[in-house]
Amino acid sequence: MDSIKQFASTFFVTGDPMIYGADVSIVLVSVAILFYLTKFKKWGWLWREWLTTVDHKKIGIMYLIAALLMLFRGGVDAILMRIQLAAPNMKFLESQHYNEIFTTHGTIMILFMAMPLIFAMFNIVVPLQIGARDVAFPFLNAVSFWLFFMGAMLLNLSFVIGGSPDSGWTSYPPLSELGFSNGPGENYYLLSILISGIGSTATGINFLVTILKMRAPGMKLMKTPMFSWSVLATCIMILYAFPALTVALILLFIDRIGGAHFFTLTGGGNPMMFINLFWIWGHPEVYIVILPAFGIFSEVVSTFSKKRLFGYTSMVLALVSISIIGFFTWVHHFFTMGAGADVNAFFAIATMAVAIPTGVKVFNWLFTMFRGRISLTQPMLWTLAFIPCFAIGGATGVMLSVAPADYQYHNSYFLIAHFHQVLIGGVVFGMFAGLYYWWPKMFGFKLNDRLGKWSFWLWNIGFYVCFMPQYALGFMGMTRRIYVYGWDRGWAPLNMVSTIGAFLMGIGFIVMVWQIIYSIKHGERDTTGDPWGGRTLEWSIPSPAPLYNFAEIPVVKSRDAWFEMKEEMAQPGYQKKPVHIEPIHMPKNSGIPFFMAVFFFIGGFGAVFEWYWMAIPGLIGIFACLFARSFQYDTDYYIPVEEVEATESALGRL
Amino acid sequence: MAQLAHDMKHGGHDAHAHDHGHHDQEGLKMLGFWFFLATDLLIFACLFATYIVLRTHVDGGPTGKELFEVKGFMTETFLLLTSSFTSGLATLEMRKGNVKGLIGWLIVTVLLGMGFLGFEITEFVQYAMDGATMSRSAFLSAFFTLVGTHGAHVTVGMFWIIGIMIQLSRRGITDVTQRKVMTSGLYWHFLDVVWVFLFTVVYLSGMVM
Repeated sequence: MDSIKQFASTFFVTGDPMIYGADVSIVLVSVAILFYLTKFKKWGWLWREWLTTVDHKKIGIMYLIAALLMLFRGGVDAILMRIQLAAPNMKFLESQHYNEIFTTHGTIMILFMAMPLIFAMFNIVVPLQIGARDVAFPFLNAVSFWLFFMGAMLLNLSFVIGGSPDSGWTSYPPLSELGFSNGPGENYYLLSILISGIGSTATGINFLVTILKMRAPGMKLMKTPMFSWSVLATCIMILYAFPALTVALILLFIDRIGGAHFFTLTGGGNPMMFINLFWIWGHPEVYIVILPAFGIFSEVVSTFSKKRLFGYTSMVLALVSISIIGFFTWVHHFFTMGAGADVNAFFAIATMAVAIPTGVKVFNWLFTMFRGRISLTQPMLWTLAFIPCFAIGGATGVMLSVAPADYQYHNSYFLIAHFHQVLIGGVVFGMFAGLYYWWPKMFGFKLNDRLGKWSFWLWNIGFYVCFMPQYALGFMGMTRRIYVYGWDRGWAPLNMVSTIGAFLMGIGFIVMVWQIIYSIKHGERDTTGDPWGGRTLEWSIPSPAPLYNFAEIPVVKSRDAWFEMKEEMAQPGYQKKPVHIEPIHMPKNSGIPFFMAVFFFIGGFGAVFEWYWMAIPGLIGIFACLFARSFQYDTDYYIPVEEVEATESALGRL
Repeated sequence: MAQLAHDMKHGGHDAHAHDHGHHDQEGLKMLGFWFFLATDLLIFACLFATYIVLRTHVDGGPTGKELFEVKGFMTETFLLLTSSFTSGLATLEMRKGNVKGLIGWLIVTVLLGMGFLGFEITEFVQYAMDGATMSRSAFLSAFFTLVGTHGAHVTVGMFWIIGIMIQLSRRGITDVTQRKVMTSGLYWHFLDVVWVFLFTVVYLSGMVM
């Protein structure tokens, strides 16, 4: 009995009333979900329609829901930190608790919020935009999603079972080594990112092949819509960046469970090796999340200015050059390592060089708007807000890239303000623009305008109120990750302002959730499939798209394919060509991706606690799933012509 | 090989190839596998970089020169390079449409792979018995991880090829099994190329340093 008590007191996180509150709410929500599914007999529906699906549209929606939940979790972390920092000598959070929260905030926001959000956009948009019926590897796509999902669950479990990681989202050794981080928290960090990272790499391969090989006939690479181009560039970066992260995390894990000396201070280890490997992934990673946002802005600006995108070729060149230069900037995260003037100069100049293609893109957006007929819809609002915000964020980035000056800014709140400005002002605003833009395509209705504007202004004003003071706080000497400060520092007023801004953004998020719930019932329905007057192929099909997307694969003649088709149709004497429908080849649903991810979870959880009796069966289960899949030959089917015709005529398309 | 890829692209033997507007599934998978190999190559690149940084960090423990034995790693090299050759012979048999020859050479490939692994495991055990474990020094951590990752890849490859042999014996040479033989063959040759670098960077330069 005593041994059980002993075990439970270390296994479950105890002692903090907030954690007990979380425990209770987790149990209540789980019970509510189980009750709902059983009461309304939804288990079969859940299994058939979602857990086993290989449809890119549904996988995209699942990514989206998961990303918004993670945005909530990461946002709560942010609010807790801002409460603690609102005034000097606050006693809201213990130092340990504060460490855990800034670690999970960063980890979740980058890896479990930004990544799934861009993958949601990839999945929802890319096949529709290039005129394909699915991605190249639908089964692998489901594997990717479930690996991300189980990775996210593993990390989120840490704060109630075993304890959260607490050495920062960058998890630098030696702090993250044994002796400084003994608990399972750090293992949770390593394994959850490893598991979801495998999924991210697979997604990169999947969409790269999809875009290279599955574009509609006539869609040459230089006629591909800009969002798909940005995904192409992003996927190449994922391919080259994620292996470095995988290696960094595995080596640190081997240090921790195998007693190795890669990054330890003893035995000849070198902690800087981890930091180099981490940022060889880490800097490209920020471009991985921003490039799709650039793609979204390009689509939105062109659609709502009623003009074709200005400087298409230079946009493509800018994307490609950012994706290349992005790999030569990683040392700017630690100029203070002391690599020497020549090395620092190289990386400083490479970093500054990124501003050139980025600047080209900004000017192209502005010139697209120039003399356009601009309509201020919600996607356009977010795009317009992005431009000044990103310009400031970019300028402070160039300030940080100046190596000698960086010795002063390094790890101060100036840096914090900078990267939040490019990540929120760039990535989050971009994804919101995409969300509002493609929402009707996903669900068949628009999101309410009035509530959307409330949310937009709360987010925007909140953003500047929160982060502008942090630039100043950085200059005043406030460093990142401190959890308490005294009155004598003079940081109190600005910190209070910053906290108010954080709350404004939080309210903005709540309004956004309310907007979604409200619009499910009252949102303007999209019956045409083309609610915005779009220019690319996804708007040529009904909203939401039927299972097979395109009854007949379109033939593309120019860049804005759907716009040209509409022009053609408006010509006098235009004769509608008869639709020629053939049986459609589709992949079958499969439960293997889900089970494989469950085994990853079991193996990962066992490895976190170094319970080999659990980790090894998990590993065997993973390989068993791979083997089972290899022996499956009956993996696809045909939708008969009659069924396609019935669906199309029900949608009014025949 | 190029001819084979061409055949696979335009092979009219299966039902799918006659449909218009549908993508050549096996060709997509080949391309995807090439990209996967690129990511795997980068994993090895990072491990090599780590090894090169840490190889002099012996912390007073044994150096490569003291540990490595020419006979052992030469045998491993010989076995693995030969297995790559037999894997190529298997592909040739597949081109001729000879299932038996194909499976036969694949069996030889797997046996050579097992021989390689046997010698590698013996080598590792020997080092560990001499007190040169991965927790002894940063050099040894990097050594065991780099060489061990390659060995783990070889192990996975062997199981994979065994799985494909079972499928070949059941289904013969089809578009799908052909593509599987091609991807696993690529993987096997890839591991061979990695070994050439291991041989050079770890063992050869370890002996002279």
